[in-house]
Amino acid sequence: MKILVCLSHVPDTTTRVKFADQNTKLDSTGIQWVINPWDELSLTRALELKDDPSCGIDKVTVAHVGLAATEPTIRKALAIGADDAIRINAAPADAYYVAAQLATVIKNDPYDIILCGIESSDYNGSAVGGMLAEFLNLPSISSVSSVAIQNGKVIVNREIDGGKEVVVAPGPFIAIVQKGIAREPRIAAMRGIMMARTKPLKVVEPIDCEPLTEWLSYDLPKPRAACKFVDPENPGQLIGLLQNEAKII
Amino acid sequence: MSVLIFIENWDGKFKKISFELASYGSKVAEMLRTDPVALTIGNVAPGEVDRIGKYGIGRVINIQNNAIHSFDSQLYSFLIDHVARKEKATVVLFSNNNTGKSLAPRVSVRLHAGLGAGVNQLPSGLEPFIVHKKVFSGNAFAQVMIKSPVKVLTLAQNSFDLIENPKEVVMESLPMPAFEQGIKTEVLETQKQTGKILLTDAEIVISGGRGMKSSANWGPLVELADLLGAATACSRPVSDEGWRPHEEHTGQTGKIIAPNLYIAVGISGATQHLAGVSSSKYIVAINTDKDAPIFSAAQYGIIGDAGKILPKLVEEVRQVKGK
Ligand SMILES: Cc1cc2nc3c(=O)[nH]c(=O)nc-3n(C[C@H](O)[C@H](O)[C@H](O)COP(=O)(O)OP(=O)(O)OC[C@H]3O[C@@H](n4cnc5c(N)ncnc54)[C@H](O)[C@@H]3O)c2cc1C
Ligand SMILES: Nc1ncnc2c1ncn2[C@@H]1O[C@H](COP(=O)(O)O)[C@@H](O)[C@H]1O
Repeated sequence: MKILVCLSHVPDTTTRVKFADQNTKLDSTGIQWVINPWDELSLTRALELKDDPSCGIDKVTVAHVGLAATEPTIRKALAIGADDAIRINAAPADAYYVAAQLATVIKNDPYDIILCGIESSDYNGSAVGGMLAEFLNLPSISSVSSVAIQNGKVIVNREIDGGKEVVVAPGPFIAIVQKGIAREPRIAAMRGIMMARTKPLKVVEPIDCEPLTEWLSYDLPKPRAACKFVDPENPGQLIGLLQNEAKII
Repeated sequence: MSVLIFIENWDGKFKKISFELASYGSKVAEMLRTDPVALTIGNVAPGEVDRIGKYGIGRVINIQNNAIHSFDSQLYSFLIDHVARKEKATVVLFSNNNTGKSLAPRVSVRLHAGLGAGVNQLPSGLEPFIVHKKVFSGNAFAQVMIKSPVKVLTLAQNSFDLIENPKEVVMESLPMPAFEQGIKTEVLETQKQTGKILLTDAEIVISGGRGMKSSANWGPLVELADLLGAATACSRPVSDEGWRPHEEHTGQTGKIIAPNLYIAVGISGATQHLAGVSSSKYIVAINTDKDAPIFSAAQYGIIGDAGKILPKLVEEVRQVKGK
């Protein structure tokens, strides 16, 4: 079986974002780019499955839609342990555009399990995985918190609002993963970093596709009013404030 | 033309997030000078549709059939697409929860409709169609233009107030259109949490972090939650340590919630934690460190030891509630 992990590349999650050009663009000065946290966990899980010979995984590939500047992120995924990588050479205009590009590549070279994250931590789209599934007419299972392979069957847990379900996925499918899929992200060892340089990274040119959305401008949240402190010797006062001032209890 | 609202069905019942969505959908329909229509799939308990009518919806379409025995995203998107075309919907709305997130992108491709995910207010423009949403996990917001003739939106939870506008509801049953490819996923087991207030539904949430020191110290926190009718939550290290169940972890990689009140006890307020809770209407922080970042996100704070303060709060709430 072959696994594909779709990667998005995002600013480190502790970044204090700033915007440029009259708040129409992200100011990328000083930003450190990382693999989207969910994708890092998907990749970790895919490699764990590959490490277990009973799962029968032959290859783990990563795919990314992005310009050449994103290659260090892809090389990092190779260093962590992916076997090879595909970069579709285009700026990710919107989720629809990204999914259409990935779908074209996957149609030419299908995978048994495709892993996408529940969202990119930058634009919080929660879109590419489901869109890709629809483009490929494949089943998708969302909010997946575990993927296991038992006797050749792929079994996933998915979170539903207020519970969990165990689902069997037949044949090729897309798992849209969230927390729980792996515990700690795997990190690159020195050997992995050396090997990553020689692993195949294929660059594919994009197909024509019209994005359906456009980012117009950004704004920052209004600063919250200063915190009101309650005397720690008399914390009961807090309850009065919540009742009479905030009127929420 | 119409605005189609997907109303999630919970064993025949509807929940508050659907009433928020109904309120939102009827406002969007009003802006577009068209009618809102709701779609719900599966059996609906008697009297339940009237609760949707209360929020401005006069027509509810219902599809039920034995073939719909589990939540399969391909089947559901097929049904929603079918109804959207039949009703000539120009806007299709979902809640931005697990279900909405799994369906909206699929429906968006089927209808060749741009997706606005997690919108938090009414469209700021119609021509062009512009929506406002959270980005960078709450550290910023964006205006997004949707250029396609049909739009799909998911509404962020607790971001739109309920607006009562009672309507006489007509429920129409629609026969199930033939779904030739059939359901491919197979659900082996469903486990539902019962009795507890769900974190994502709760109006008040009390959350503990590493400052709680050990799982043995959760007693007063849980007691306070019970007294206030609140759900309990925790920071990531707490669930990683196994002090609390994973379902309780809030933050960027955990649950994203927006209750009216979030009480953070012994939580430092890392950006990844705030990403999951910053949309709460009020945040209260209890922490020994006066410089903890959580205090910059909080409206009320107590600088002190959780072990001493929580029991006093429990006492106070007991008195106030006369329990
Ligand atoms: C990619 C990524 C994603 C992440 N996602 C999440 C996420 O979703 N959710 C999340 O929570 N974290 C997440 N984290 C981790 C996050 O960065 C922080 O490490 C974490 O939130 C800290 O948890 P904490 O506040 O409980 O612990 P700490 O940071 O250790 O804070 C403990 C606090 O308790 C206070 N304290 C100590 N003793 C007491 C006492 N007796 N009484 C009262 N207060 C006391 C301390 O002053 C301190 O402020 C993520 C990290 C990364 C890198
Ligand atoms: N540019 C991209 N290239 C490859 N995969 C992507 C890209 N953007 C998003 N994805 C995948 O889609 C998931 C959800 O992203 P989004 O829809 O952008 O929130 C991510 O976790 C990735 O798995």
